[in-house]
Amino acid sequence: MFSVGGNGDRKKRNSMENASKSATVAETRATTLRALERERETNSPRRVNPWIMAAALTAAIVVIMFLSLSMGYLSIPFADIWNVLARKIFWGAPSVSESLVTVIWDVRFPRLLTSLASGAALGLSGAIFQGILLNPLADPYTLGVSSGAAFGASIILVLAIAFPALGFLSSPLMPAAGAFVASVLTLVAVMALAADREGRLPPPNLILAGVIMSAILSAAISFIKYLAGDQVSSIIFWLLGSFQARTWTEAALVFFFFVPALVMAIPAAMDLNIMTLGLRSAETLGVNTGRVRLRLLVAASIAASASVAVAGIIGFVGLIVPHLVRLLTGPDHRSLLPLSALGGACLLAAADTVVRVFLPGEIPVGVLTALLAGPAFLVIFRRKMKDLVHV
Amino acid sequence: MSETPSPGRNEKTPPAPWAAVPGGEREKTTSLKKPGDPEPILEAKNLTFSHGTTRVVNDVSLKFFPGRHYVLAGPNGAGKSTLLDLLSHLKEPGSGGIMVFGKNINSHGAPELAKLLALAPQNFQFNFSFTVREIVSLGRRPYLGRWGRLDDEDRRIVEKAIDLLNLRKLAGKLVTTLSGGEAQRVVLARTIAQSTPIVLLDEPTASLDVAQALDLMARVRTLTGEENTLVVTVTHDLHLAAVFADEMVFLKKGSLVAAGPLLETMTPDLLGEVFEAKARVRRDDFTGGLNISFKH
Repeated sequence: MFSVGGNGDRKKRNSMENASKSATVAETRATTLRALERERETNSPRRVNPWIMAAALTAAIVVIMFLSLSMGYLSIPFADIWNVLARKIFWGAPSVSESLVTVIWDVRFPRLLTSLASGAALGLSGAIFQGILLNPLADPYTLGVSSGAAFGASIILVLAIAFPALGFLSSPLMPAAGAFVASVLTLVAVMALAADREGRLPPPNLILAGVIMSAILSAAISFIKYLAGDQVSSIIFWLLGSFQARTWTEAALVFFFFVPALVMAIPAAMDLNIMTLGLRSAETLGVNTGRVRLRLLVAASIAASASVAVAGIIGFVGLIVPHLVRLLTGPDHRSLLPLSALGGACLLAAADTVVRVFLPGEIPVGVLTALLAGPAFLVIFRRKMKDLVHV
Repeated sequence: MSETPSPGRNEKTPPAPWAAVPGGEREKTTSLKKPGDPEPILEAKNLTFSHGTTRVVNDVSLKFFPGRHYVLAGPNGAGKSTLLDLLSHLKEPGSGGIMVFGKNINSHGAPELAKLLALAPQNFQFNFSFTVREIVSLGRRPYLGRWGRLDDEDRRIVEKAIDLLNLRKLAGKLVTTLSGGEAQRVVLARTIAQSTPIVLLDEPTASLDVAQALDLMARVRTLTGEENTLVVTVTHDLHLAAVFADEMVFLKKGSLVAAGPLLETMTPDLLGEVFEAKARVRRDDFTGGLNISFKH
């Protein structure tokens, strides 16, 4: 009755299948796969095809890019934007004024790319954490990873202020390196705290350990702010989350971290699907849960710390985006991970454009995302917590 | 494990279904094993497992043959679930070993073992809104590549598993909207879709009503009868076991008390000893199995 393709030692079962003459089996065989699939369409929940979703998000990113580059203190027509990009990227040389080139290529474009990449990194890491913690409410902050990253970057910033003689500390790479090192150390500490007797990491333990580490690290960041004295405003502003005056260096930095994280995470997506069944099921299905979990947690930490290092703490993007994608295209991580990255890029680039163009005095974008997404979070939280008694 | 057939038995009688009974004084009973399948496909050898200083499983040796339904029974704390965890390689035994198809369980790679042995766990929870069909499809994982693409054969097996558990009408529904009994059937369909010759079930009827439990047990009988699958079930439901088990394995406080064919092991004396209650066992013409009653 059950035959297995390409499995040699199952020949006996195949022969039994042929011998079997029960009515239900004959019925099943008569029903073609195509008929079953037709039934699939009428019976299934409404979902957007992931490829259509990917195309739509990519189109949205292109639209946001043009709108964002066009709008601002100086309004620039789309044709000029196209000319500048063509000149810089394709070496075609339509004549454009040098001032436009500066505004677009040196100011707006790197800032836009930084916000796109940070959003993608946050969306990706949020989707991974939610999958691993089996909790649609998890996000990069639940594990304390973002606090760890912020702590590491703060230390570098304060050291740079305290020791101006050490010039290398003021390199933009240093806060990112500090953020990554500290976030990985935080992750190691959280996992050590959360591990049970058999070295496994039950999700409730992980969340509790993450909350404890976050609390300690927040206090440590406050202490660092206190030490920074007069220069505290620069750290506070950075912690609030902003893309103001970000350059090609920051843009390159986020991509430098985000791309390897994506490459690490995507091939583990199917295993992550299996792991949502629970550890016992996943292990008896042949998944090395320890290894997959470690690989995904490292990928998510790299992505989160890249974003924190260049843009400070930007809350809720990593939480809301995977949730919305899941509502539209379903929970399959093979599509959820890349689509969350695209969606995060869209959301954060759009939010940063709104902040830059429409809001007075450049409110930090982290404040805007928290104000907009916070209430949405509350609604989801209320709805989920009614069903989710144990995490 | 050395096997000594009981003297005075028929020459053709195959070896006993378990290797050793602690204490040794109880007479070994003999399995009604089919000829042509002389080798056990799953074997526990002197398994011991401890939580800290407490011995949860104590020197248990068992042999399991294909095409039979074994029920592990015993009071709470007997070590049934731990034994199932050991057999499914979720826990490493403190000492002793497990053989799967004549090879030590550790020498099977995890993906290879997943093609031989499937487990339907008792505590499961669906956290994300996959459809029933998507969850059942996850059972095909051991046969798929990294991206988990199903071919026609895989999809046919998934649809058969859906039919076997009567999930046809629910196939497109979200698992997060199912009742406990429905969810339990989805987990079993997922396990069946794994197409393994060994299937381990942990309390499969715990959240099912009478009709569903009977239906499930009938499906298990199809598996063992038509597919020659070995099924090992842990259950509290002795009444169901008394009708549907081929072989019983009784455990108490981590030790094996008795193992053997249903009719030979399910006796008032043994039940009384294992469950510490007065028991009566009768042949039941209505079910074709046994009828058990307990009293204080």
